[in-house]
Amino acid sequence: MSFSLERTDDVLIVDVDGQLVVTNRQEFKQAILDAVEQGAKTIVIDFTRAGYIDSSGLGALVSLSKRVRDAGGDLRLVGLNDDLRTLFELTRLDALFPLYASRADALTAR
Amino acid sequence: MAAPSLRASQVQQWMIASELARITAVVEAIVALCEAGGFSDRQCRLNVPVAVTEALANAIIRGNKSDPARAVRVTVILQSERLTVDVLDEGPGFDLERLVQSPDDADWYAREDGRGVFLMRELMDHVQSFCASDGSGHRLRLMLHRL
Repeated sequence: MSFSLERTDDVLIVDVDGQLVVTNRQEFKQAILDAVEQGAKTIVIDFTRAGYIDSSGLGALVSLSKRVRDAGGDLRLVGLNDDLRTLFELTRLDALFPLYASRADALTAR
Repeated sequence: MAAPSLRASQVQQWMIASELARITAVVEAIVALCEAGGFSDRQCRLNVPVAVTEALANAIIRGNKSDPARAVRVTVILQSERLTVDVLDEGPGFDLERLVQSPDDADWYAREDGRGVFLMRELMDHVQSFCASDGSGHRLRLMLHRL
């Protein structure tokens, strides 16, 4: 998995390419926490090009969600395919994260 | 009289050091077997890779305490109707039957870890745990029927 970060003012867009799993969750989490420490408030994570997510990846998102909320911001997820939506529904974590179809939808929800 | 159906099975084994970086290659190989074996797209994209990743991570981190000198052995049996994945670590194991993970847990929406067994149970048809009587190892078995 690789990911890229794009920061504009207090908005951080994270583009995930590949799997978010136990092998890379710490790097992923730390990169976003660093941006939050530097003032990012609206965190949009785009999974359009992502593969599967395991429990560690889900756990990283749960942990990030709390940290971002504590910092006065919010975490929004974009571009989940049917498999990933199923994963969030199975775990009921769709209740924790606002899910959007596109980056534009996530950003206009500000 | 109908000819008896063939029940040929394919067996593959891996032995890896207890390093998380070893997981991906094994998962990808098992997914490729499932794709060739006619498992559904959903099973190949979600059920198999997530559940096998969970089993391997559990064996490496909890079973073998991330000690690279300890091995994880993976055996895959692919039959026409089902996939069986055995993941053997060198740890004492745990009582799977008594391990409950549920979205109803009070801290489900706050904790970072503790969803792996839940996911394996949801994504596989059967998850079983076997501990060696002398404490020398633990085997986690995942089974998934082809749709």
